[in-house]
Amino acid sequence: MNSYQKWISFYTMLRKDVVRMFRIWVQTFLPSVITSCLYFLIFGTVLGSRIGDMQGVDYMSFVVPGLVMLAIVTNAYSNTSFTFFQSKFFFRGIDEILVSPTPPWLLIAGFISGGIVRGVLVGTLVLLISIFFTGLHISLFNSAIIFLFAVMTALVFSLAGLVNGVYAKSLDGINLVPTFVLTPLVYLGGVFYSVHSLPQIAQYATFVNPIFYLVNGFRYGFLGIADISLWISLAVLVGMIAALVAINWYLIRTGLGLKQ
Amino acid sequence: MPAPALSIHDLKKTYATGTVALKGVSLEIPQGDFFALLGPNGAGKTTIIGITTGLVNKTSGTVSVFGHDIDKETELAKMQIGLVGQEVNFNPFEKTLNIIVNQAGYYGIPRSVAIPRAKKLLTDLGLGEKMEQNAMTLSGGMKRRLMIARALVNEPKFLILDEPTAGVDVELRRGMWDYLTGLSASGLTILLTTHYLEEAEQLCKHVAIINKGEIVASGTMEEVIAKHHDGSPSKDGYRGGRLEEVFLKLTSEK
Repeated sequence: MNSYQKWISFYTMLRKDVVRMFRIWVQTFLPSVITSCLYFLIFGTVLGSRIGDMQGVDYMSFVVPGLVMLAIVTNAYSNTSFTFFQSKFFFRGIDEILVSPTPPWLLIAGFISGGIVRGVLVGTLVLLISIFFTGLHISLFNSAIIFLFAVMTALVFSLAGLVNGVYAKSLDGINLVPTFVLTPLVYLGGVFYSVHSLPQIAQYATFVNPIFYLVNGFRYGFLGIADISLWISLAVLVGMIAALVAINWYLIRTGLGLKQ
Repeated sequence: MPAPALSIHDLKKTYATGTVALKGVSLEIPQGDFFALLGPNGAGKTTIIGITTGLVNKTSGTVSVFGHDIDKETELAKMQIGLVGQEVNFNPFEKTLNIIVNQAGYYGIPRSVAIPRAKKLLTDLGLGEKMEQNAMTLSGGMKRRLMIARALVNEPKFLILDEPTAGVDVELRRGMWDYLTGLSASGLTILLTTHYLEEAEQLCKHVAIINKGEIVASGTMEEVIAKHHDGSPSKDGYRGGRLEEVFLKLTSEK
């Protein structure tokens, strides 16, 4: 395949997934929008007014980056894990790509791109909702950093979702990781609080949580404040991307869980 | 001399479960041939097809498609192939036309080319009025024809049909064979596996019979029948054609 043919193959995979996610928008976009509204209502409006400031900013503004990140993480992950699992187990639609000349790296790119698009789109929707709840007082310290962290985070969790999709042998296998791993990591990753407000031992525990670094960098883009250096957050993100690309490359190249 | 459409040498496959599916199969299909690969269930036919098309990893051996090694020139080898698999494997919630156009996309064919090509294929195969309908609304025979249209959208030089007429009624089967023999006459190489041996006997120039992972007979249809058919019919019960007698003689447990 030449470069143009590869682009067409990639575009086909991406287009198919984007059409699907818009066709079933009630399942793909709406849940995160409703959940975010509830978060903003409860943590921002009701509880936030009693909490006061966090790291020098009002609590509602403090939680906005974390909640946007939460939407990106869960949507990017679930989109890729489910679409891959579906194409592998229901109707064996993955065979359509496996018999074609589409190389393994392009198959990976095609599947994760849908997750990135959905993660960033839902993140944008949540951000727009936050503007309503903050009364247009949303702070954008550095838009480039916000965009960079949004896309890189969506990439990380799309890649992680693909690993899950490859290994999953049932629908339970798709739901276990988000429920028992992803959600606790997100909640304990500094979405709702600053790591400095934790006891020393809990701070150490937070430092081994990869979500913490993503939320930290993302929050810096919004508010210009961070618990740790932005460069450390970026380094962790790049490291996670490299590791997950290598794992996915190995899984798809060897056909583990895909080919007999 | 042109490279064979399919060249398989000493192909072995042992599944993770320990099942030995192929015990060193060697096979050659000339360009333009209509070739029958026959064998009982579990003989290794679908494993050979799976390895050739990239759906199954081989244990050892070599496979080339039009001279392109499937390990070294994977993309070029796959460009030549169209596959009609044994199982229906498309998204039933997808529109019929989109299934074909998406498949073309995976081969790098842009939508501007793929859409008219897909419409023509669907029309030729009698699915012209079903283009905008979800695939789940199609009957069993229509689904089979949809799979043939999908396999042809990249204009392959080598079409693999893994039991394409299973569950298809007589009239539709005849229509499908008329269409496919027309393609064969235009130079398309076809590999067919089927349990309808009378169809294979009529349609195919060459045949290979595989049993328990080994080729037990191969050659032109007439050669194989002449070599293994002793002229006497089965002793009792239903009697099939000559190929059926040969098939049973070579693959029967008794």
